[in-house]
Amino acid sequence: MEQPNLSYIKKISKGEIEFEQTLLEIINEELSGEIDNYYKFLQENNFEKAKFYIHRIKHKMSILGLEKSYEITNVFEKSIKKGDFKNKEYFESILPIMLKFLQKL
Amino acid sequence: MKGIIVDDELSARLILKQVAINVPNLDIVADFENALQALKYLNKNVVDVIFLDIHMPDFTGFDFIESLKNPPKVVLTTSDRNFALEAFEYKIVVDYLLKPIELNRFEKAIEKVKTINLVEDVTRTKIKNEPKVKANETDDTLYVNIDRRLVKIDLSSICVIEAKGDYIKIITENKNYIVHSSLKKIEEKLPHEMFLKVHRSYVINIKKIIDIEDNSVLINKDVIPVSRVNRNELKRRLNLL
Repeated sequence: MEQPNLSYIKKISKGEIEFEQTLLEIINEELSGEIDNYYKFLQENNFEKAKFYIHRIKHKMSILGLEKSYEITNVFEKSIKKGDFKNKEYFESILPIMLKFLQKL
Repeated sequence: MKGIIVDDELSARLILKQVAINVPNLDIVADFENALQALKYLNKNVVDVIFLDIHMPDFTGFDFIESLKNPPKVVLTTSDRNFALEAFEYKIVVDYLLKPIELNRFEKAIEKVKTINLVEDVTRTKIKNEPKVKANETDDTLYVNIDRRLVKIDLSSICVIEAKGDYIKIITENKNYIVHSSLKKIEEKLPHEMFLKVHRSYVINIKKIIDIEDNSVLINKDVIPVSRVNRNELKRRLNLL
């Protein structure tokens, strides 16, 4: 499974540790809420809303250098609106990896 | 250059502000988590550029663009490649940045905004400084280049225009002018109802005719030849009894 990294954040921070810490805290907080909302709306069969949170999580993947996961999630994001769940399993399996990575920092 | 950020994700706004720090002469003056807050701000403040997320709940970036009354330039920020075509349907959209935003790509977008704003400023200044000409004045007069001066001639004062090699002689009631031009060129500038080419070397002001013979017209004291092919047209244009 693909692993998150800090290369993008390090690149834009230009060594500003305070910025890096603040951003990672915010990402952690946002991601937790987005994951909760994704599962909530999925359970309610509200795929439009679920898609909205998949999109936001996809953005977090790109910040955390998860390029392959980003592409896979892109397909899931497009398919879920039609009630199709292509790549759902992969998407759901990467979420705890992202959270674990952020919480360990 | 003043800019604002509109994005519902705090992390995205923070990243954009961090990237913008590295761009000289760009000042992010405010950031908003929703479009309505930004609209309120824009009602009272002027900015040069908006960094706008397309994908927002309730009120999307495109809804926001359509609500702007005096829109500044917009740089769209999104995690979606799919909106690029739709984005550029809006004239105010200057660029489309894919998240996560890279500094060099961001700098290019800012350069585009600066260039477009500069071109628009120059165009505005040019239009502002152009002399305002009354429509009637341009209809009734003709400016001719004589010794590097543009001399105004009232069209109604012209009696005859005569071709003289590479020049034309404009005969008016009071004065004659020699101008480097051709009969064809000046004919295009003259009102059709007032002037008629009666000969390959003469255009006359119909209103100045004193009398007509078979193959000539008298204007002032000048007898102007009328060629056979133009005679019928001349007669057609006269109010014959």
